[in-house]
Amino acid sequence: MILARVAGRITSTIHHPDMKGRKLLLLDKLDAMGQATGAHVIAVDAIGAGAGETVIMLDEGNGARQILGVSDMPVRSVIVGIVDDLG
Amino acid sequence: MFLGKVIGRLVPAVVYPGMEGVPLLWVQPLDKNQSAEGRPFVCADGTRMAGPGELIYWEASREAALTLEPSYVPVDHAVVGLVDDVMIDPQNGLSNATPNDSPDNSGGDS
Repeated sequence: MILARVAGRITSTIHHPDMKGRKLLLLDKLDAMGQATGAHVIAVDAIGAGAGETVIMLDEGNGARQILGVSDMPVRSVIVGIVDDLG
Repeated sequence: MFLGKVIGRLVPAVVYPGMEGVPLLWVQPLDKNQSAEGRPFVCADGTRMAGPGELIYWEASREAALTLEPSYVPVDHAVVGLVDDVMIDPQNGLSNATPNDSPDNSGGDS
């Protein structure tokens, strides 16, 4: 899993059928100190993360499909947690 | 998934079985603010809707092949969908939320 921050949202009406109704968030990848690394990633939001929140993103297909409950969904980036504090 | 821009199309003469009729697009990867970042590569387009100049989001690795039917094909980059709108939150500096769409509007099929 990686650390990221919600930077925005993507809307899309033409997409793979399994993506229907999925909320797509644009994330800034963060380093261990919580600073943006400059890289972005688009992830499916499974838990309702809001703008500007620091989140944990799963970056692996098998786990992503288990969370989203669709056996052959073409997704590997799923937001699985919201970070309260970076100790 | 990552942002990309379709910059062209490829027409193969011979393809691997199972890849017949799958559009192949030339895609330029983009950064968050939609400027070119990295070298272009070839994406398979399972949606069959993306044309040159369009903003798309793509996926790599095995998930790319899963966008196609049959999915057991040698594909490592594929278009997952076409982007209607990229809304970057105001505190992130660049904000291009469309005037008629406030940030907290879930906006139907997203």
